[in-house]
Amino acid sequence: MRPYCLLCHHCYQPRVSWSDLLTLKKGDCLCATCRRSFSLIDSDICSDCGRPLDHLDHSYRDGDVCNDCLRWQNDNEWKGVLAKNRSVYVYDDVMKEVISRWKFRGDYAIIEAFRHDVCRVFSHHFSSESVLVPIPLSRERLYERGFNQAKALAELLSLPILDILERDHLEKQSKKSRHERLQMENVFRLRMSLPLEKPLVIIDDIYTTGATVRHAAKRLRQAGATDVSSFTLARA
Amino acid sequence: MRFIDVEGKLIPESLAKEYSGEAKPISRIDHIVPLPLNPQFSVSTKLLSFLEGRHLLLDELPFPLDVIHTHYEHGYISYEKGIVQTEQGWRCRRCGNENTHLFASFFCARCETICTYCRRCIMMGRVSECTPLLVSHFYSEPAMYEKPLAWNGELSLGQQQAAEAVVAAVEKNLELLIWAVCGAGKTEVLFPGISRALELGKRVCIATPRTDVVLELAPRLKQAFPAVPVIALYGGSDERGTLSPLVVATTHQLLRFYRTFDVTVIDEVDAFPYSVEPMLQYAVEKARKETSALIYVTATPHKAWQQEIKLGKRQAVTIPARYHGFPLPVPSFEWCGNWRKAVKRGLFPRNVSAWIERRLQEGKQAFLFVPHVELLERVVVILKQLDNRIEGVHAEDRERKEKVHAFRKGNIPILVTTTILERGVTVPNIDVAVLGAEDDIFTEGALVQIAGRVGRSAQYPSGDIRFFHYGKTKEMLKAKRQIIRMNKEAEERGMLKRG
Ligand SMILES: [Zn+2]
Ligand SMILES: [Zn+2]
Ligand SMILES: [Zn+2]
Ligand SMILES: [Zn+2]
Repeated sequence: MRPYCLLCHHCYQPRVSWSDLLTLKKGDCLCATCRRSFSLIDSDICSDCGRPLDHLDHSYRDGDVCNDCLRWQNDNEWKGVLAKNRSVYVYDDVMKEVISRWKFRGDYAIIEAFRHDVCRVFSHHFSSESVLVPIPLSRERLYERGFNQAKALAELLSLPILDILERDHLEKQSKKSRHERLQMENVFRLRMSLPLEKPLVIIDDIYTTGATVRHAAKRLRQAGATDVSSFTLARA
Repeated sequence: MRFIDVEGKLIPESLAKEYSGEAKPISRIDHIVPLPLNPQFSVSTKLLSFLEGRHLLLDELPFPLDVIHTHYEHGYISYEKGIVQTEQGWRCRRCGNENTHLFASFFCARCETICTYCRRCIMMGRVSECTPLLVSHFYSEPAMYEKPLAWNGELSLGQQQAAEAVVAAVEKNLELLIWAVCGAGKTEVLFPGISRALELGKRVCIATPRTDVVLELAPRLKQAFPAVPVIALYGGSDERGTLSPLVVATTHQLLRFYRTFDVTVIDEVDAFPYSVEPMLQYAVEKARKETSALIYVTATPHKAWQQEIKLGKRQAVTIPARYHGFPLPVPSFEWCGNWRKAVKRGLFPRNVSAWIERRLQEGKQAFLFVPHVELLERVVVILKQLDNRIEGVHAEDRERKEKVHAFRKGNIPILVTTTILERGVTVPNIDVAVLGAEDDIFTEGALVQIAGRVGRSAQYPSGDIRFFHYGKTKEMLKAKRQIIRMNKEAEERGMLKRG
C-alpha cells in the first residue's frame, strides 16, 4: 500500500533511491510537493548565527558576520557567550505554518518530517561528543502543549540529553522586542551541575533574536561550561 | 489530564486530594457510571448555556475545573472519552476518524504516559486518550418567534416550489436535496423554511464549507430575521457562548455540536475533496438531533446522488432555471492539441490565443481555468506577452483577495485561475475558457460550476464557455448534458422567459 503524506495526507509514491534500498532506510514521509516546500539553509551563512546571507543586503553584514551578531560581539555582557548557532530551515511562511501545526495545534507526529534534515545538518556542524540541552517550557506551558518541542527535537539526535534547565512562567516572549528580552532577568535556572568537559549544544525550535538561547548559554557558562553553542530547527 | 476512578465515578486528579488511587487517562477507564441529575442543585446558567448542545474540550470551556466538576457530580455534565479503542485500533469520538494512519502517539505531559491522539481533527484542538469531551444534559426551553421573516422579496417559480418543499421537510423532519443551478438564488429558497422552523421553536444550522460564505450569509440572515440572534461560527471566530436558534457555521464547526439541531442545512455538500467527506458526514450526524430535518443544497450533486434521485430513492427538488429566467449558457468543446507540451516550450495553442486575443480586443473580461498551479505560472508568463495586465491566481495565493478585487473592478482583463474560483466568485458579463478540460481535476461537477460563472446577471444573461481540450472526456460530456437537461426542464416547467 502506498503511504500517506504526513502533512497533506494525500497518497503518494515515495522516492526511494538505491542507497535507501541497500541500507533499508525508509522512504520520505512527505510527498515530493510538501518536501519541496521546505527551504533548507545552505552554504552562505553568517558564521555566528547561521542565518542565510544570500538575501541580506551588504550594509547588513560585515564579511561573513551579520550586523545582529556584531551587536552581540560588541556588547561586553554577551560577547562570546554563545560560540555559534546553526539552524536547519528558513523560517518562511511554509515553515511558520508547519511549526505552528506541530507545536501549537499539537500534532506531534510532524516531528518525523524534520528527522532526516535535523540529523544531517547537526552532524555537519557539531561534534558527535556534544551533549544536548533543550530549552525548557514552564510547567504551565508544558501542560498546555503536552510536549516540549525543543526536547522532541533533541530526541531525534541520539546523543545524550541534559534536561537541566528550568524556566519560570512568564508572559509570551514573542511580543517583546530584542531590547526588552535582554533587559529581562534570566528566566532560566539550573537544576543540577554540569559535565564541564563536553561541548554543550542548546536545542530550540526557532532562533529569532537569539536572546533566548543566549540567556540559556549564559546560565550554562556561569556554571562553568566553556563550549556552548546552539542548534535550532528554523532561523527567522 | 488524568482521572481517579472511584467505582465508576470520575474525579480529576488535581481535585482529588482525599482520594488515593491510580490516576488514569479517561480512555483507560472501563466503566463510567452516569450520575443522576440533581434538580435541587443551583447551577451556573452561564456554564450550562455555554455548553448546551455542544461537544467541547476542557480547553474550550472558559470555566474553572472545580465549577465544571460540581456540575458533573450533580448530573448536569458528563465526561466522555475523546478516543476509544476498537478492534482495529482507535476511533475519535469527536470526528469519527478510524484510519490508523491518522492516529499518532507521543509522551504526553498531561497524562505522563504514551498517549494516542487523533490527527484528523487536530485543527480544532488535540483529542487524545487523556482528553475528555464534555457534554451537557441540560436543555433550555426553545424560543418561539412569531412571523420572524422580514424579507419581502419575490421568489421565482422554481424557488417558490423548492421553498414549499423545504417548509414541508422542516415540519415533518424529512431529508431533502435541493438541486439548484448556479444562479438560481438558493439562499432565499431557505427563508420560508427557516421562518417556519423558528415559529415552531426549532434550532436551525446552516453549514457551508467556506468561511467567506459564512461571512456573507450571516448579515443576510440577520437582515431577513431581525428579531433572531444569528451566530456565525468559523475557525477563528469568537462568537461562542450562548447557543442561538439560528447558527451559520463552517461545516467543520459542526464537530463541536452534539444532537442539537432540528433543521440542518448543508450547503455545497460536493465542495469537499473526497478525503474530508467522511469526517463531515460524521459531523452532520452528530450535530443534528436524531429526529430532525436535513436539507442539502447543491448545484452539482455527485454521481451516486444523481443516480438515487433518478431511481426515486432520494427526495429531491430541482430549480432548473436561474433567478433571472434566462437559460444556462451551454459550453462548446474545442480541440487544442497537446497544449501541455506547447506551454512547456513557452507556446500557446493557436485557437486558445485567438480566443483570448478576441476578448482583449472586444474589451470583454474572461476567466481562463487551468488544471494545476505549476501550469498556471507558465501560462501567465506566456499570456503577459499579449497583455501585461493579465494575472494568475490560485488557492494559496497571498494576493488572492486583491487580485479578485482588481478583476471585479475591471483592472485585470483576463484572470488565469485554478479551480478555486469555480464557486463563489461571480462577476457580470464575462466569458470563461478552460485550458485542458480533459484533466482529471475537471469533474462533471467542477465543469458545471465553471460554466455557471457565465451569464449570472439579468443585464448580461449569456456569454461564451469554451472547453479547450486534448481529447474529450466523459466528464465533459456529462457536464454539457446536465446543463442542456436543466434548460429543457426549465422550459417544460415554464420557468424560462419568453422572448
Ligand atoms: Zn504532502
Ligand atoms: Zn549572525
Ligand atoms: Zn478526531
Ligand atoms: Zn495524554
